[in-house]
Amino acid sequence: MLKAHLRDALATLGRLWRDKINTLLIAAVIGITLALPAGLHVLVQNLSAVSYSWEGSLHASLFLKDSVNEARGRQLAQELGRRAGKTQYISREQSLAEFRALSGFGEALDLLADNPLPAVIVVTPKVQQTPQQVEQWLQELGQLPEVELAKMDQKWLQRLHAILDIVQRSVLLVAALLGVAVIVTVGNTIRLDIENRRDEIVVMKLIGAPDGFIRRPFLYTGFWYGLAGGAIAWIFVQAALLAIALPARRLAGLYDSSFTLSGLSFGASLLVLGGGLLLGVAGSAWTVSRHLTRIEPA
Amino acid sequence: MLRITQPHWLEHDKRVSEALSFHDVGHRYPGGHETLSQISFSLTQGEMAFLTGHSGAGKSTLLKLIACLVRPTRGQVVVGGHNTGTLKRRQIPSFRQDIGLIFQNFNLLNDRTVFDNVALPLVIRGFADDDMGKRVRAALDAVGLLGRESAQPITLSGGEQQRVGIARAIVTKPALLLADEPTGNLDPTMAREIMQIFRRFNQAGVSVLVATHAVDLIQQLPYRILNLAQGRLTAQAPVGHRA
Repeated sequence: MLKAHLRDALATLGRLWRDKINTLLIAAVIGITLALPAGLHVLVQNLSAVSYSWEGSLHASLFLKDSVNEARGRQLAQELGRRAGKTQYISREQSLAEFRALSGFGEALDLLADNPLPAVIVVTPKVQQTPQQVEQWLQELGQLPEVELAKMDQKWLQRLHAILDIVQRSVLLVAALLGVAVIVTVGNTIRLDIENRRDEIVVMKLIGAPDGFIRRPFLYTGFWYGLAGGAIAWIFVQAALLAIALPARRLAGLYDSSFTLSGLSFGASLLVLGGGLLLGVAGSAWTVSRHLTRIEPA
Repeated sequence: MLRITQPHWLEHDKRVSEALSFHDVGHRYPGGHETLSQISFSLTQGEMAFLTGHSGAGKSTLLKLIACLVRPTRGQVVVGGHNTGTLKRRQIPSFRQDIGLIFQNFNLLNDRTVFDNVALPLVIRGFADDDMGKRVRAALDAVGLLGRESAQPITLSGGEQQRVGIARAIVTKPALLLADEPTGNLDPTMAREIMQIFRRFNQAGVSVLVATHAVDLIQQLPYRILNLAQGRLTAQAPVGHRA
């Protein structure tokens, strides 16, 4: 039985190989169809990676009340440091010096009688926290008696996460739709194949070939189309990544980031190949079940 | 040298004495007139007979009823102990595997070699490769085509193509051979050769039913002739054994 399957699989491959151009065109159509969701997946994955790498530099500023003196401020910074992550205390004077040096409004400050800047504790939370966890933690900090105001610098990062969530789901939807497109493409190709081999099918039935025997070569045709389509999709995605890797690195360089594009993971590669294969078989099974029984010798 | 082996039914089933029998069989295509009516006859196991009649008399339909390609609309057709009227769809393939069918237009697959064509019924049954080679060569030997295994069917003459068709029909050693106008596309010399091949298989114990309108070719042969006219059997008396 296994041997018969192997023979059919190889015979079908040989038949497809003899008609290389046509086979390649159909496989390319399937490949492009599969490459789109696979490419989008890689894109989303990379964007997530970028946003998580920014998460490391995510920090909250705790503006202390003026009534809190420097000693108490430093002590609080240490306490928080044990619980939350890295903390840095910036005294009012340091804030003033920093502002003077960086803002260019230093002379304006001289007009003021008092130092208007508060002392700040900069808290860099431990990584690998969800945006919700960070949000909750920030609220707790805001309620400390010494703290006037707790502020997260990168609200937009949460928005990016929300957007990425939407995009991720859209990729799933697109993948589902294009999966149907692959099934239809393979199904239609196999339907033409069945039409072209009608005489052969009739002869097979005349000499007593069971349906399963007649069906098998067509199922393997779908199998090979799907597998080849998956392989082509994989190549397309990896080639596209290669093409944008250099500009992406340059862009990352401009942001002082060591970020590099990641391609399809091993699991995702298997999914592209296996998905193509399954869709190919599904497409042919669907067509074969509809058309093969209609051909009867008479 | 011809090596014709016994059909497999002789080895394990000696009870069924009728290769096939028709009991008051009628057939009409949907919406059409009756193509066959009140057909009753039987073919004994190991018998050879001819089915004659003008084209349109119903010869092909009668053979199709035997191979379960069409089903009777009246009466019963019993082949090798199976009532074709009650066969389920999925039982038909294995039922058909026990019948060797030979066609006027040969029905060979032209994208495959002679060997692959003859081997097809064995491939369907899942024979092992070396066993398959042996059987295919034996079948080709029986029709005098040994050595032409790798030829493409279209490079052969009509008579040779028909012999490939016969080899394919007998490679599984069926108990019953049905031929529908097997000599219709052949010249008289080739036609006689083909008939001789059928006779040899019959002598080895195979039941043979040949539909033909080549009356002159079969009249001097010692076999029963069933004559169809307008869908009815008109004569089925055995012709004298003169051969």
